[in-house]
Amino acid sequence: MAATGEAVLDVRGLTRLYGAGCPDCLVLTGPDAGTNICPQCHAIVACNNISFDLEQGEILGIVGESGSGKSTLLRCICFDEEATAGECYFAAFGTGRDDAFSQTGQARRYIRNHLLGIVYQNPLMGIKPHFTAGGNVAEKLLTADVYNVSLIRQRAATLLQRTEVPLARMDDFPANFSGGMQQRVQIAKALANNPPVLLLDEVSTGLDVSVQARVLDLIKEIQRDLGIAMIVVSHDLGVIRLLADRTGVMQHGQVIEFGLTDQILEDPQHRYTQLLVHSML
Amino acid sequence: MGVNQNRKHRGYNFAFLDENTKREIRRKLLKAVAIPGYQVPFASPELPIARGWGTGGLQITMAIIGPGDVLKVIDQGCDGSVNAVNIRKLLVKTTGVATTFDTNAASIIQTRHRIPEEAMRQDQILVLQVPIPEPLRYVEASEAKTREMHGEMDYSRMWVYLYENIVQYGEITIGARYPSLVNRRYLIDPSPIPRWDVPKLNQAETLYLFGAGREKRIYAVPPHTLAEPLEFEDFRFRVEDFTGRSCIRCGATDTYMNEMYDSSSGRKLFVCSDSGYCDRRREQSVTQNLACAEPTGHPLGRVPPKAEALVAPIQERSRSYPTASKEAGALEQVVIEGKEAR
Repeated sequence: MAATGEAVLDVRGLTRLYGAGCPDCLVLTGPDAGTNICPQCHAIVACNNISFDLEQGEILGIVGESGSGKSTLLRCICFDEEATAGECYFAAFGTGRDDAFSQTGQARRYIRNHLLGIVYQNPLMGIKPHFTAGGNVAEKLLTADVYNVSLIRQRAATLLQRTEVPLARMDDFPANFSGGMQQRVQIAKALANNPPVLLLDEVSTGLDVSVQARVLDLIKEIQRDLGIAMIVVSHDLGVIRLLADRTGVMQHGQVIEFGLTDQILEDPQHRYTQLLVHSML
Repeated sequence: MGVNQNRKHRGYNFAFLDENTKREIRRKLLKAVAIPGYQVPFASPELPIARGWGTGGLQITMAIIGPGDVLKVIDQGCDGSVNAVNIRKLLVKTTGVATTFDTNAASIIQTRHRIPEEAMRQDQILVLQVPIPEPLRYVEASEAKTREMHGEMDYSRMWVYLYENIVQYGEITIGARYPSLVNRRYLIDPSPIPRWDVPKLNQAETLYLFGAGREKRIYAVPPHTLAEPLEFEDFRFRVEDFTGRSCIRCGATDTYMNEMYDSSSGRKLFVCSDSGYCDRRREQSVTQNLACAEPTGHPLGRVPPKAEALVAPIQERSRSYPTASKEAGALEQVVIEGKEAR
């Protein structure tokens, strides 16, 4: 399903600093300065004034080297971390023009539970190894106010089947699952209540190649069938090429290049992007 | 000033605690009543009773008791067990108030792990001793995290715990301490009362005050407030089932009963957990000259004390109270439906 032109998520000027910060932090860091640490106050600028929108049914790729601020960006959007500055609008929240970052903890939890699905690089961050696989999916449904055991079990079974987790293991603990299977449980959980936005942080990193391919297939399939908009963060251009419609390239906390994925891969403009594309295997 | 004239022991303030400490507790109680179910931290100073032995409830009672109050203290429904006797003695020594075993005659009832069988009135207060005030402790070890979860009303993990129970055992296995949502906002641990007592919290006439001395928390379920046990749409909350059982002392069939095992005969016996209620029923059946369920020869089947003795001061009463609990020491007491938190 192609993008329809309606923004489900709109991020404006997202900035995240670690440390006290000074007025010149944002100017003194970035790709030109070659660092994301402010030379004056030694604050780390993880995300520097990042703006983008995410359209209905679109997959947006974010690529960049380790420490460039990709994951922090996602973690700010899903409220795991608090953005230092900036605004974030969800089309499905309030009037659509209510800044999510300035909401109360309770409202932010509502957004996170009802409007977002998050898949972390480390499956154990997203799922609880000592809740059963079904229980993990149930948790997401319960946060979204579904209080019917048989309904929950039906939905969990459907999703686990879809993500190729054997149904016989629905009531087993993910602590005893392989990494790939844990990751698929995590995806099933993230999808449980059909969130309009799915955030994927390095989902395929650390999985062996065949499992990686299956997970990527699954993501593609979900996007095609359910039309969920996604942000895919990866340092792997191969993953981005396979999944993303549009891509942003990040370095030292800034987005240095943004455009259609094909365009970025075929005709990279920024020096760092050129380096990245040419070093692709 | 008036209250201090009434004190029994010199060297202690009325009700042991000094007035500033009581005032602090009363302020916290007001806050607890104003925000039903919210756990209010309080100072919880040292007492002559060790923490974990009912100091939370004791401090609340000490803070609210006046010379005109009539006090009843029960431990798992029983007026005569060790914890209740000691707390009652301390309160009587330091206040000189009248005590009673009769739920209807009491103005303040301090209790451990039970709510009396008889419906309580709006002019009465029930003070519950709480070992673990945090219902989310089942699923989250960190206090900082559970406070955040309460703040954001994030109870999903408790729900998952119940879901997993159902998946694993086909039933929610929490016996006592059944988590309940107060005023559709805060989840509380109703203290280790059996499920039987949980519905009594909902839309009650009485004010329920909960004190956890070791954990330094006070919370309340005010009268006419919703207190709903967590339940799924297709797995409703259930109370203990005593169908076909009756109390061997009073013949009651509609009370919460303790199961006891008579090792000499190998029989399982049931007896009312609320001893005051049981005594009153026996009293009534004796005065009405009705045949009461008297299993002759059994140590529990003794004739209850005279009616006047029921409201007598504790000093005389305690001698004439070797009923169920003391003599039941010969029997092995089995607690129904699982774990007692202690």
